[in-house]
Amino acid sequence: MDFKTPVQKEHEDAAVIAHNSRIGLALFAVYSAIYAGFMILSAFWPQLMSEPFLGGVNLAVIYGFGLIASALVVALIYVKLCRKF
Amino acid sequence: MIHETSYTAIIVFLIFAGSVLGISFYLGRRAKSASGYFAAGGSIHWAVNGIAFAGDYLSAASFLGICGMIAFYGYDGFLYSIGYLAGWIVALFIVAEPLKRLGRFTFADALDNKFNSRGIKLAAAISTLVVSCFYLIPQMVGAGALVQPLLGFPHYVGVLVVGAIVTVIVATAGMVSTTWVQFIKGGILVILCGVITVMILMRGVTTKPTTAGGEQVKVFRHGILPAEITDAPGAVVLPEEGIWRNTPYLRVRDAAGVVSVYRKDGGKLSETQVSRVRPDGKRFVNGLPRGKGEGEADLLPVGYASKLPGGVEKTGPQGPFEFLRTMQQSEVVLWRSDRFAEANGGTTTVYYQQPASGSDFMAPGSSPTFQKVRSAKFFDKLDFLSLMLALFCGTASLPHILIRYYTVKDQISARKSTVVGIGAIGCFYVLTLFLGLGAMTSGALDVSDSNMAAPLLARSMSELLFAVISAVAFTTVLGTVSGLIMAASGAVAHDLMCNVLKIPMDEFRKVAAAKVAAICVGALAIFLGILFAKMNVNFLVGWAFNIAASANLPALIMLLFWKRTTRQGITSAIIVGMVSSLAWILLSAQAYKDVYGWNPADAIVPFSQPAIVTIPLGFLVLVAVSLITSRNADQPAPATAQ
Repeated sequence: MDFKTPVQKEHEDAAVIAHNSRIGLALFAVYSAIYAGFMILSAFWPQLMSEPFLGGVNLAVIYGFGLIASALVVALIYVKLCRKF
Repeated sequence: MIHETSYTAIIVFLIFAGSVLGISFYLGRRAKSASGYFAAGGSIHWAVNGIAFAGDYLSAASFLGICGMIAFYGYDGFLYSIGYLAGWIVALFIVAEPLKRLGRFTFADALDNKFNSRGIKLAAAISTLVVSCFYLIPQMVGAGALVQPLLGFPHYVGVLVVGAIVTVIVATAGMVSTTWVQFIKGGILVILCGVITVMILMRGVTTKPTTAGGEQVKVFRHGILPAEITDAPGAVVLPEEGIWRNTPYLRVRDAAGVVSVYRKDGGKLSETQVSRVRPDGKRFVNGLPRGKGEGEADLLPVGYASKLPGGVEKTGPQGPFEFLRTMQQSEVVLWRSDRFAEANGGTTTVYYQQPASGSDFMAPGSSPTFQKVRSAKFFDKLDFLSLMLALFCGTASLPHILIRYYTVKDQISARKSTVVGIGAIGCFYVLTLFLGLGAMTSGALDVSDSNMAAPLLARSMSELLFAVISAVAFTTVLGTVSGLIMAASGAVAHDLMCNVLKIPMDEFRKVAAAKVAAICVGALAIFLGILFAKMNVNFLVGWAFNIAASANLPALIMLLFWKRTTRQGITSAIIVGMVSSLAWILLSAQAYKDVYGWNPADAIVPFSQPAIVTIPLGFLVLVAVSLITSRNADQPAPATAQ
């Protein structure tokens, strides 16, 4: 084809790929649900978001920080659960 | 506002740019092959690549735009932070590994892996170019906005300088040096923001801020009884004529002949700042020629709390949660503006005070962009939902992020570097809330330019910090722009010239073609950056995310998860997604207002952010076309292999 550069083929195992992508999809669903919850609360119950929630800090800030922290948490869970080979 | 030229900033910037260029030349000598140029030979360590993700992603718009938006409007700017970060989850779980498995150099490669169709390559290359250009505009505009106040150069000089440096970086070295530039910049940016956040917390919140030099910042009066102004000896209330007719403003000429403009609000008056540009371009502030000298005036810096919990004057050092709680219970004077076009062609802008309570600005819906979430109408809320969806889906469709997956050696590295990226970027976005709120109460805000909030916050602490943060902001622009130009040049040389037009090229000529393409795209970016100088930076980025998500995401996802996807399906989904989202944006109220200067009420589409309509549309088109074409030809289309 167009390139002469050899491309190293990775060791690929269909079972490993299937296993990892199943975990990926499950975690993706979890995070999407948390994100959707935030969007819906902000859009339809903005009043609720402005009320103090934890230690005097309102729900909007806590949920926002929570979304950022949980992204890292699910990412770490994913790396932990993924099979290498 | 006139900003003094900071020589420290110039020196620090020169050191930064010099070292970046040096690294670039040094590493560039080692990247001779196409694989070396486009994908750094797959040789980058995952941790470096992870921080480089942060460098790539945390653009000028993230850094300057979000901080500015939080400083001016509060929590709403943070919504962008949340959306930008959440997008990485899509990248990690859905896109990263399959993409690494399928592709070699560009996004089009991966899409085309199964089919080897010229149509897909063409569509993917064009969408890469369009998204890159849309994303380049805000970066270049941001560069100009930084240079202007900092070095005293006009906007276009800033755009030219950044454009030229970046083009040199990309044209000399390709992906290896681009990666290192982004690594350095990403690392420094996150660390520096952490340092500033600590300083904000140490300083606490005050109603009487001072500058770094210890000078008191002027506290503007509000809630003044009208009689106090109008009954002052020698004061004359001027008639409401010309642009002032039917406005909430009261003009009073005092005994010395100086005209002050007050805003009427609930029977009380508040002080304003007025900036006027005469038809001949001469600028006036509060009736005096704009300048720093005798008999001249300039817009004054603002940003302070008007009421703190417990009625104290300053809080002293605070913990992070205590700081957020204090902001929530305080009242802060925010500044808004009214712009009037005069009959003779001049313009007058009135900046007025708007005290806002923390319980209001610390929740969604306090900015013009998102205020509609507080409206009762369902349609109004769609704009907000659509933007949040675009941010969520857009990251994984950005070409300059996608190509970064080809710089590491395997899928495990791709996965690990994404996690490092999420960690670094997540830290940064948490800090944006503190930076923005810190800037809001820094006493250093420029009422006329929200993009300067973060650098000015640093200036309110120390001149050196200001110099470093400005230099980092420049490198931020450099890093992101070089990634984008890299992606665009790959699309031109590899996808368009080589795979679509079938121009026979060897390794050497292909890299040469990519470099020429990089120079052309760089020139185009400079041009667009100058053209769009007045646009809101963060808003433009939101649009780029909309287009990226609409054009690329349906094709990517369906290719990975639906076996019956056909090449025609992919091609049409990319084209329909790109064209429909672009058209929607160009017909939206926001474009009417900001781009054409027309009445936004005449806009054809009901809300400004297309993603909520155009992403599902892309999926629909893909499924429909795939079903039709797979029925016509039960076997996969014959590959047009050479």
